[in-house]
Amino acid sequence: MELFFQLVLNGLTLGSVYGLVALGLTLVYGILHVPNFSHGALYMVGAYVAFFLMTDYGINYWVAILGAAAVVGVLGVLSERLVFHPLRDAPPIHDKIAAIGILLFLEAGVMAIWGADFRRMQTPYNEIVEIFGLTAPAQRLLIIVGAFVLVGALHLFLKKTILGSTIIAMAQNREGASLVGINATQVSMLTFFISGALAAVAAGLFAPINLVFPSMGHLVIMKAFVIIVLGGMGSIPGAIIGGLIIGFAESFAGFYISTHYKDLVAFLLLVVILSVRPEGLFTKGVR
Amino acid sequence: MKYLQGKAGWAILLALALLFPLVAGNNYQLYVMSLAFIFAIATAGMNLITGYTGQLNLGHAGFMAIGAYTVGILTVTYEWPFWGAFAMSGVVAGIIGFFVGIVSLRLKEHFFAIFTLCVGFIIYLIIEKWDSVTGGTVGIIGIPGPAPIGPIEFNSAVSQYYLVVFFLVVSLWLMHRIVNSLLGRTFVAIRNSDDLAQALGINLMRNKTLSFVLSTIYAGVAGGLYAGYVRFLGPDLAGTHYTFDMITFLLVGGIGTLLGPVAGSLLVAWVTQYLQFLADYRMLVFGPLLVLLVIFFPHGIVGFYYKKRMEREMKKAAAAAQANRAQAVNKEAGNNA
Repeated sequence: MELFFQLVLNGLTLGSVYGLVALGLTLVYGILHVPNFSHGALYMVGAYVAFFLMTDYGINYWVAILGAAAVVGVLGVLSERLVFHPLRDAPPIHDKIAAIGILLFLEAGVMAIWGADFRRMQTPYNEIVEIFGLTAPAQRLLIIVGAFVLVGALHLFLKKTILGSTIIAMAQNREGASLVGINATQVSMLTFFISGALAAVAAGLFAPINLVFPSMGHLVIMKAFVIIVLGGMGSIPGAIIGGLIIGFAESFAGFYISTHYKDLVAFLLLVVILSVRPEGLFTKGVR
Repeated sequence: MKYLQGKAGWAILLALALLFPLVAGNNYQLYVMSLAFIFAIATAGMNLITGYTGQLNLGHAGFMAIGAYTVGILTVTYEWPFWGAFAMSGVVAGIIGFFVGIVSLRLKEHFFAIFTLCVGFIIYLIIEKWDSVTGGTVGIIGIPGPAPIGPIEFNSAVSQYYLVVFFLVVSLWLMHRIVNSLLGRTFVAIRNSDDLAQALGINLMRNKTLSFVLSTIYAGVAGGLYAGYVRFLGPDLAGTHYTFDMITFLLVGGIGTLLGPVAGSLLVAWVTQYLQFLADYRMLVFGPLLVLLVIFFPHGIVGFYYKKRMEREMKKAAAAAQANRAQAVNKEAGNNA
């Protein structure tokens, strides 16, 4: 039972992080229909900014995460303005290649500034929490709570505020949104900011458990892609549920099958599901 | 400019490639050039599926690694002769490509790109984790070089260079035959519009799969050559950055053109040599370059050349048409008078 609880906790932690990253990805896809391959690099930059705000400037953990969210959010907006906006009418291959260009640039940039070393991020929450006789590291609980709070806040923002509902409106129908006077440029920038900020927060929360290094975004972004393909591209609940599915699958497969191949689980799941249902698990109609 | 067209142009390029060892100061330059040619073969394969057929395959380096590991495993573990293993490199990559193709090509655009990205990663992970066969992170060392064919041996850098040039020429000639055939036009029709092609009675799935398999065979053969040339392999070869490199070659050279992959991989290889001081940071230059190319210069060098040529011909045609019209008007005026 104890072991089972550990696996569930582990799955929830992974699922929360993947879910946050996938959420940003799916939001951007909903607005621009661009699979943003540079999203994983934004995640990585978020971890680095948080790490160096903490170590170089001695800033508090939470403030550092907020700072990272702001920096990466702005990076996201810049990439939209400088790259994706000029390419909005280009053939579909072009924006994907441009996204890869951003990814390569950000990774090389981080390596040039901070080097290629693996780093361990400190967290103020090192204690082990005990609930109902079950033990859990505080940082893991923090990730889960943080992710759920963020998703809740995002949900309220999208559903209850006018600014948030403009994003939904744009995702549903671009022309219709323009007709009722929604500023497409503003919504795109806002979406990219939120997407980048979510990635940075996910990275800041997860970094103390994992290591910080320039290619840390590769696996996460690919799993996030698997998640949004499973959950339906552009679907917000799909991203969260998909994140949890992949998180649990990885946690349980890592224990019951093989830790050696646990990173393969997400991709094999994708291959199997797309072979049987090319339109994804939670989507209706044809693609 | 006329000389550069048609067969004469190709002969000049071939002569330049054959004469290069005379100009090259040292073996290192030959090494850079040979590697660039090997990657040009792989990129030519990617060009077929991405440039001509319009499906962005982000797992291409994985198939190159499959070809390379086929040669590595067969020659080192099973002690096959090099050429037998080399022949298998294209076959194995093609077979795996076929099975990946029939699953992945049911997906369109973004989904295909994402799926192949994942396939590339699966290949990388399998190579890295399956130590007993692939040597894991250590890789495979001591791969034999190409065995002599009759009296021709491939021990010197120059002879290996010519071997690579030979395969490049053969693969470009085959590619030329493919893209100028009805099959090639079918691929282009699919790139231009799935629906339109289907309405013309083109079997999308069969043609896309064929294009995909051909492209993976190119990747596999390039991988086999790479294994015989570099003599050691690591799982790195399947990494996404090699696929991204090939995309860079394609865009610099010209996507969807026959010479684009060669022009791109040569130019990028030599520019990289001059950017040695940047080492790992060369992507600081190539990343933004990729973005700028896509935005302002999406046809690359070769595409740009074709575009200029077409504009010139259009102008000439327009001038001729105008002259004809003027003549006709004059004649009419004469008749009326």
